[in-house]
Amino acid sequence: MPESSIFKTIFGRLTWESFPVHEPILLVTFLVVALLGIGIVAAVTKYRLWGWLWREWFTTVDHKKIGIMYIILGIIMLLRGFADALMMRAQQAVAFGASEGYLPPHHFDQVFTAHGTIMIFFVAIPLVSGIINFVMPLQIGARDVAFPFLNSLSLWLTVAGALLVMVSLFVGEFSTAGWLNYVPVANLQNSPGTGPDYYLWALQIAGLGTTLSAINMVTTIIKMRAPGMTMMKMPVFTWTALCSQVLAVAIFPALTGAFALLMLDRYIGTNFFTNDLGGNPMMYWNLVWIWGHPEVYVLVLPVFGIYSEITSTFTGKRLFGYSSMVYATVVITILSYLVWLHHFFTMGSGASVNSFFGIATMVISIPTGAKIFNWLFTMYRGSIRFELPMMWVVAFMLTFVVGGMTGVMLAIPPADFVLHNSLFLVAHFHNVIIGGVVFGLFAGMQYWFPKAFGFRLDDFWGKIAFWGWVIGYWVAWTPIYIVGLMGTTRRVNHFDDPTLQPWFVVAAIGAVIIGIGILGFVMQIAVSIKNRDKLRDVTGDPWDGRTLEWSTSSPPPAYNFAFTPRVHDLDAWYDMKQRGYRRPQGGYRPIHMPRNTGTGVILSGLALVLGFAMVWYIWWLAALAFVALIATAIGHTFNYNRDYFIPAGDVERQEGERDRLLPAEA
Amino acid sequence: MAQLEQAQAAVDPTFHLVEADDHDHETGGATLLGFWIYLMSDALIFAALFATFGVLSTSYAGGPSPREIFELPLVALNTAILLVSSITYGFAMLAMERGAVRTTQAWLAVTGLLGASFVGIELFEFGALIAEGATPQRSGFLSGFFTLVGTHGLHVTVGIIWIVVMLVQIGQRGLIPANKRRLLCLSMFWHFLDVVWIGVFSFVYLLGMLR
Amino acid sequence: MSSADTHLDPAVHAHGETQGHGSKRSYLVGFGLSAVLTAIPFWLVMADPLGNAGLTAAAVIVIAVLQILVHTFCFLHLNTQAEGGWTMIAYIFTGVILLLTIGGSLWIMYHLNSNMMPGMMTGQTSYAP
Repeated sequence: MPESSIFKTIFGRLTWESFPVHEPILLVTFLVVALLGIGIVAAVTKYRLWGWLWREWFTTVDHKKIGIMYIILGIIMLLRGFADALMMRAQQAVAFGASEGYLPPHHFDQVFTAHGTIMIFFVAIPLVSGIINFVMPLQIGARDVAFPFLNSLSLWLTVAGALLVMVSLFVGEFSTAGWLNYVPVANLQNSPGTGPDYYLWALQIAGLGTTLSAINMVTTIIKMRAPGMTMMKMPVFTWTALCSQVLAVAIFPALTGAFALLMLDRYIGTNFFTNDLGGNPMMYWNLVWIWGHPEVYVLVLPVFGIYSEITSTFTGKRLFGYSSMVYATVVITILSYLVWLHHFFTMGSGASVNSFFGIATMVISIPTGAKIFNWLFTMYRGSIRFELPMMWVVAFMLTFVVGGMTGVMLAIPPADFVLHNSLFLVAHFHNVIIGGVVFGLFAGMQYWFPKAFGFRLDDFWGKIAFWGWVIGYWVAWTPIYIVGLMGTTRRVNHFDDPTLQPWFVVAAIGAVIIGIGILGFVMQIAVSIKNRDKLRDVTGDPWDGRTLEWSTSSPPPAYNFAFTPRVHDLDAWYDMKQRGYRRPQGGYRPIHMPRNTGTGVILSGLALVLGFAMVWYIWWLAALAFVALIATAIGHTFNYNRDYFIPAGDVERQEGERDRLLPAEA
Repeated sequence: MAQLEQAQAAVDPTFHLVEADDHDHETGGATLLGFWIYLMSDALIFAALFATFGVLSTSYAGGPSPREIFELPLVALNTAILLVSSITYGFAMLAMERGAVRTTQAWLAVTGLLGASFVGIELFEFGALIAEGATPQRSGFLSGFFTLVGTHGLHVTVGIIWIVVMLVQIGQRGLIPANKRRLLCLSMFWHFLDVVWIGVFSFVYLLGMLR
Repeated sequence: MSSADTHLDPAVHAHGETQGHGSKRSYLVGFGLSAVLTAIPFWLVMADPLGNAGLTAAAVIVIAVLQILVHTFCFLHLNTQAEGGWTMIAYIFTGVILLLTIGGSLWIMYHLNSNMMPGMMTGQTSYAP
């Protein structure tokens, strides 16, 4: 008895049974991950890269490196999320009638929960944040973001959240309550295990990072634009990033609030979302969807910006209807806050409430449609170059419009009563998120990769990735639309009706084709790194770009611009090229830059420990981590020495190096 | 004037800024705006809590109603304390403007003490309620009440810790620009908490008593 | 530290001048106004001079909004000039979102309760056995 209580004090509810050694799937996964991890650690140690990693990457406050790390995180988590998707497709392709498939319901529930959570919070958000982080300061002619340390902290908090989700794979279990951790399933009485706790702590930590990052980006865009860049001369991508991040600042508090209240329910027994003593589970749905619907626009608006930049660059024309594009973006930002109830029309709020939110939802399709026409008119009579980024744009337009249409269908409350929680809905949001957000992120990565690394991506493997994704998407999701329209419900691991099986088999084949697309992308990067000398771009402007990021070298120097640019027109770099701009050959001055710091990594590490300890009820460790967190944060404020100057000589050397490589401009 | 500038630019475009003119790119200038935006997002956390409290405000579940448990005189006292702490923080800011280090510290200390007594009285109130059996677990209404009021109290506690840190930092380095900037942020934070408290005493306590 | 450091920071002054700190007069006016605006609602509820709960509630809400505005302008020194008007835009935007969050939630949940749980709609009487 005393022995077990000591054990409990030290390890909380963590026991040997918490490690899922009896589940072969998890065991194999663990072995693979462990081997990969050991391999990476060994390689880094062998080539003595730890110091370099710490100095150049982990502690960096350079927005470009932070952006790249966000994108690496997103791609790694994409592999995990996609593995979950393959498991679900495989299960649903075989589990009919007498066959139970290979995933029992409890495991299947964790898989679909993890899939949704990871794909939105740890793939889409980091990729969008990463591209904004990398591109936006360059586009506005700034040398860094407004709060470089905060930027590093935001990144590492997101990483800590992702790690906590990954830990749940091998220690304990993940939530089974869906990607937003719905009550009443996630209530303590229905899920006494660690699943919802992992979910809540991981997302609170990552969500804090996202909120801080959004505040940072908004401040950067408002305060740090190059002189002459008025709001209406801002590149469209920067505009959409501004609107998206304003929206993020506005909505994440609702999510943080909802999660905090659910935590209180689970940890101290309050009655917010319980089924008795006056709790109201539907209030949780209300709060999470106040976050949830605008979040779609947080993701898709910057991606619309990416499409706009690419369309304008690859048609060699100024974007058609720049100001209508800006106004459409602003209108979407505000409208997106007025539609959240369409996620629970069937809850029973009645005709008046449902019609208001239904109509508001349909109205949103107007500014979105305006954008599509703007892109089409930009392409009209342009000399279009169908390089990889532009191919993604065209695929997006064809795919996304269908998703938008089914969205308007779902916005009609009576239709929603039929389609709610059906696979039709699942197909709809995959249509807009893959066809809208994911295609755009790939377009953006193809477009800006040469800027980030100084060489282009391989074309052949890029086309494999492209066709894999586009064909795979349609093969995987068309059958799901169809079975959904016939009434098949979502989140089911077994079907009784064997006539549905062919559809699910086709869907599984589609998922495999998407898998080829993902492999193609990984291969594309690997092959491009191998052939980097052949693919090298020394001009810094490989696509004949129009915005300021293309005016500096590839990759840009730490200080981005030797001189702060002065902007006279929209498409500032195009304007400079038109007017015969020549690079200055001297007169460099020392440049003021923020100093690297490891505090962001340390704080996030402590947050990870705190989250883990709270999940497992290891109170002493939680208290220790919490105190250390506060102490480190306060200690950091006593460091006043946060910046330094890059000497003019260093700037001259780097700029001279570039001059030497630029043949045309001698 | 803008036209003139444009015409000039067309003739002789300058595409670069001489670095010495470059003020906007100092990170200091962005801090206040950034902090303001943070406060806005914090206000929206309170919005979520107010909304939840509003929805659950009559979910007594057979437990006590506001009329049975709220002590308005205590709330009035606490409101007065917080209001006075706002003006004492204002005096600290005025002293900071004059560059009076000692006076700034003194007013900050007074503000911190007022804040501490506010938190103390709130804890006393919570203690009394829990002793009566009106615990956060008792009903949806009480969960919402404790969480909303407690979150505000937690913010005040953070403000007090921040004041202590600032007292030390002003003692170490005086009113250097970095410290002034921090005091400006803390000022916004402290007055923001006052604004939230207006919502709390009006919508939770006063309207609760009318229910 | 050094005397150079104590010079006025142009960044703080160029951008923050009107935000975060104001004149002694604005603080005193703000204090006076909020003292009155605090006292009235407490008096209205504690002494109940209006004798009508609905009217008192309306008065409390109106006065609360007024007092929030007083604090915003006298203590937080919000104005249209500071930061190129961005603080003001942020404030108004937040106000709109705040009203949507609270108002929308109450509207939705009220209709939900009246449609789905008509028995629960009487707040005063407890429905527990």
